[in-house]
Amino acid sequence: MIRINITSVLVDDQAVALAFYTDKLGFVKKHDIPMGEHRWLTVVSPQEPDGTELLLEPSEHPAARPFKEALVADGIPFTSFAVDDVHAEFARLSAAGVRFVQEPVDMGPVTVATLDDTCGNLIQIATMKS
Amino acid sequence: MDAVFKAIADPTRRAILDELVDRDGQTLFEICTRLVMKHDLTSSRQAVSQHLAVLEEAGLVTSRREGRYKFHHIDTTPLRSVVERWPLREQP
Repeated sequence: MIRINITSVLVDDQAVALAFYTDKLGFVKKHDIPMGEHRWLTVVSPQEPDGTELLLEPSEHPAARPFKEALVADGIPFTSFAVDDVHAEFARLSAAGVRFVQEPVDMGPVTVATLDDTCGNLIQIATMKS
Repeated sequence: MDAVFKAIADPTRRAILDELVDRDGQTLFEICTRLVMKHDLTSSRQAVSQHLAVLEEAGLVTSRREGRYKFHHIDTTPLRSVVERWPLREQP
């Protein structure tokens, strides 16, 4: 069966991204392999160390920045993560200095909030109602 | 005043105003998501942008750039011209 083992987020700066995704969001580093100027850098959820890896991919391609800027201009979070309680995470991350462009909003089957990852992306956090 | 009436004549634009009253200062993405999830209005992002432009033209919505973000705010002041023209009667 085909399965998802890695998904990518395009980051402006890998060192800044690693700090944000681990220190702020709470992921843990899994792979950090030097590859010339950049690194093969992945993080995972501490809850699922063998689960899907998030690749912190440099926004190197010339199309990456215009693409990311256009998404941010319209407030679009291209990447979404699951959390147990959006409201609790919103409070925790806001206190840690994370900038939210959308506070938690009830959207029917899901409650979502949108934050700035400081690397050029808006990230959605979501809690599905059981 | 014509611009105000034109702006609020459309149900999608009224829904946008409803949602901005619920929470002021939204990105285009949040407005679009609310229209789909809460009003079953599947207008394209371009269409919602155009609706916002009509609302801005009427002065009912203002947009504010903050760094890389753009937020939309409701301003109900233009509605005052309606009430001033046809004042509400005092309840006896």
